[in-house]
Amino acid sequence: MLGLLARRCLVVLPTLIIVSILVFGMQKLLPGDPILALAGEDRDPQTMAYLQEKYRLNDPIPVQYAVWLKQIVTGDFGVSVRTDVPVADLIFQKLPVTIQLAAFAMVVALLIGVPAGIISAVHKGTVTDYSINVAALSGLSIPNFWLGILMILVVSVQWQLLPSSGYTSPLEDLGQNIRTMIMPALVLGTGLAGVLMRHTRSAMLGVLRSDYVRTARAKGLNERTVIIRHALRNALVPIITLSTLLFGELLAGAVLTEQIFTIPGFGKLIVDAVFTRDYAVVQGVVLCTAVGFILMNLLADILYILVNPRLRDAT
Amino acid sequence: MKFVSKLLGGAALFCAVAGTTAAFAADLRIGLQDDPDVLDPHRARTFVGRIVFTSMCDKLFDINEKLEIQPQLAREWNWSEDRKTLHVKLRNDAKFHDDTPITAADVKANLERAKSLPDSLRKSEVASIESVDAIDATTLDIKVKSPDASLLSQLADRAGMILSPKAFTDGDFGQNPICSGPYKFVSRVQNDRIVLEKYAGYWDAANYKFDKVTFLPIQDTTVRFANLRSGSLDLIERIASSDIEAAKSDNKLAFYPVTGTGYQALTINLKKGDKDSFPIGHDKRIRQALELSIDRNAINEVVGQGVFTPAYQPFPPSSFAYDKKFETSTRDVEKAKALLAEAGVERVSFEIAYGNNSTSQQVYELIQAMASETGFDISLRPTEFAALQSALKENAFEVGQSGWSGRADPDGNIHQHVTCEGNLNDAKYCNEKVDELLNKARGISDQAERKALYDEVQVILADEMPIVYLYYQPWPFAARADLKGFTAYPDGMIRLKGVSLGG
Repeated sequence: MLGLLARRCLVVLPTLIIVSILVFGMQKLLPGDPILALAGEDRDPQTMAYLQEKYRLNDPIPVQYAVWLKQIVTGDFGVSVRTDVPVADLIFQKLPVTIQLAAFAMVVALLIGVPAGIISAVHKGTVTDYSINVAALSGLSIPNFWLGILMILVVSVQWQLLPSSGYTSPLEDLGQNIRTMIMPALVLGTGLAGVLMRHTRSAMLGVLRSDYVRTARAKGLNERTVIIRHALRNALVPIITLSTLLFGELLAGAVLTEQIFTIPGFGKLIVDAVFTRDYAVVQGVVLCTAVGFILMNLLADILYILVNPRLRDAT
Repeated sequence: MKFVSKLLGGAALFCAVAGTTAAFAADLRIGLQDDPDVLDPHRARTFVGRIVFTSMCDKLFDINEKLEIQPQLAREWNWSEDRKTLHVKLRNDAKFHDDTPITAADVKANLERAKSLPDSLRKSEVASIESVDAIDATTLDIKVKSPDASLLSQLADRAGMILSPKAFTDGDFGQNPICSGPYKFVSRVQNDRIVLEKYAGYWDAANYKFDKVTFLPIQDTTVRFANLRSGSLDLIERIASSDIEAAKSDNKLAFYPVTGTGYQALTINLKKGDKDSFPIGHDKRIRQALELSIDRNAINEVVGQGVFTPAYQPFPPSSFAYDKKFETSTRDVEKAKALLAEAGVERVSFEIAYGNNSTSQQVYELIQAMASETGFDISLRPTEFAALQSALKENAFEVGQSGWSGRADPDGNIHQHVTCEGNLNDAKYCNEKVDELLNKARGISDQAERKALYDEVQVILADEMPIVYLYYQPWPFAARADLKGFTAYPDGMIRLKGVSLGG
């Protein structure tokens, strides 16, 4: 297992370098002059020249990249050109928000998706199976932004049950924090539940057909024990992989949900930064997201081994 | 299935128990369309930032609904006979949020900072100032290089906001601003909220009723409006045209439309190609034909739901330079066709580049359809905002959307846009006579004399048509019905003096 971890860690560094080059290079290809975005309506030429110099935008791109890389290595992510806030502060401010949203969404997805997948596989070909499949497809097909706005109109405007948007830190007011997170987590989670349900169902169907399940049933074990203790454990391997990947995606992929519910997380930060050509923020956040994704992959590998002892021998 | 239904039941129960929260009556929550940029008035560029500053930073002057100059930190003022020195007498009871008094030396330090800070975005607004002398603690003289009629209105906006010199020399003013307005800065979470609290030492504190004001940026107009309807917000700016009917018909809400000082227009690139490859840029008759093809009232009714007041000139109806006589043009397809025939063309093709949002999309599709009847084949290029700005600046467009947020003084709506060397002259229009008239208007204080000069310019511009004005930028607000004392100003700012909730 240690060997596997070491091998995985070795891959991390070149991956990060490639990601950083891609991020740095691709945003330079974006149309639109960042200085114009900074210079305001009046576009004073003197100020524009100063800003060009200040942010070293006159330097060749490889030089700009080298300067940025040197800063990153020393832990300096730069400063947001839009608000003057250090990028590292922004990351530390937004990351916990996004992690909380992603975790809540994953809990919703797992609580709905996995049981639904199991029930669907056990009752294959019945009305229950078809109903769950229809529900899963609906979850997959309904766009987040539509569901989000609909929930705001019904739950907040009509029923006045939950706050329509915004975010409160759990350290400030835990109750309010949970109230603001319910709807975004449900919107994100129900979409992911559909994906998880489909994968759980197919994994369970494969396992339920295997010899050892048949043997377990032949031994006279009750159906609940067969499914939960014998079949589900083996079916979990692909579900764990998928869950960790989905969690990684949520770190920067909850853009629309964050936008609709005004959750000040990573997704909203990066979209605003792209629109205002706030390069330092885009670079810092994307790099951080890449690290998060790589860590989630590593976590998936470790969980694999814990769940499936045969993989321990293989490593 | 039982498990799933139990789970859903539990979630519903939790939602019901969780309930919702309402703010205290002494708090005001304002929904903004964007997240403001740096909280330093000298370096800030966003419109929403100006809204926050209006509650946080007092200016030397303010404006009223008629765009007339009003006292704020400046108690009295007058110009010298040669109009090259502005004598200003400050209030003697105004203080910064750190409780230190505001003196003439502080005002001098601020104006010098606005002029000289390398990344100051106020340079062009205070360019006419030559020097500032603090005569005593509350008296100062502002000397200008040449008479500048627009200076007072510039000092009634960000350029005239007075910040604590101690705070701006400390280096992190943008994150911890210390100003002099009725509300002081408490905290900010980028993309989430800006919290201000009432400053007890403010000279007019009795007229400000809220203990706390929170600005919440919510970009999606539907969501912003839903937040108002659900009670999560008390006041929102820039309500979408599509929500106006709902706001009017909801008795729990109040709707405050106002025609802004800014405008939306089509700028035609006069330096693009030649007469054969881009005829509209090289023949004023074709530009006049385009203008005659557009029915601004239809845009107002169909897209603007009545708040896109048609614009035929750069000056808003609230400005002294505005004149109804320039509102003569009505859609006339036959006359437009005749102009095209006179110019020797039957059909003219060009592309309109515009900011990619649903309102602009509707406006330009309407123009495309209307102009097609005359003989224009318009292709539409929706463009992301920053890319559009670059295209306009770099002359990489044919016809482009230009939106201007507007200034209280007429000079701000025209000079930089049509003078030969103007920073914002994207049409690359140049007419020495126009430059001469506009420069002259800058140096005159008498409004009637200035208006006569602007009228002359308008006659020339209506003939040469480098810019086709479409409609005035509206600033429609919506609020809780029990918000009392709120007035929508043409500059789109939110002034909280005398505003209260409930009762």
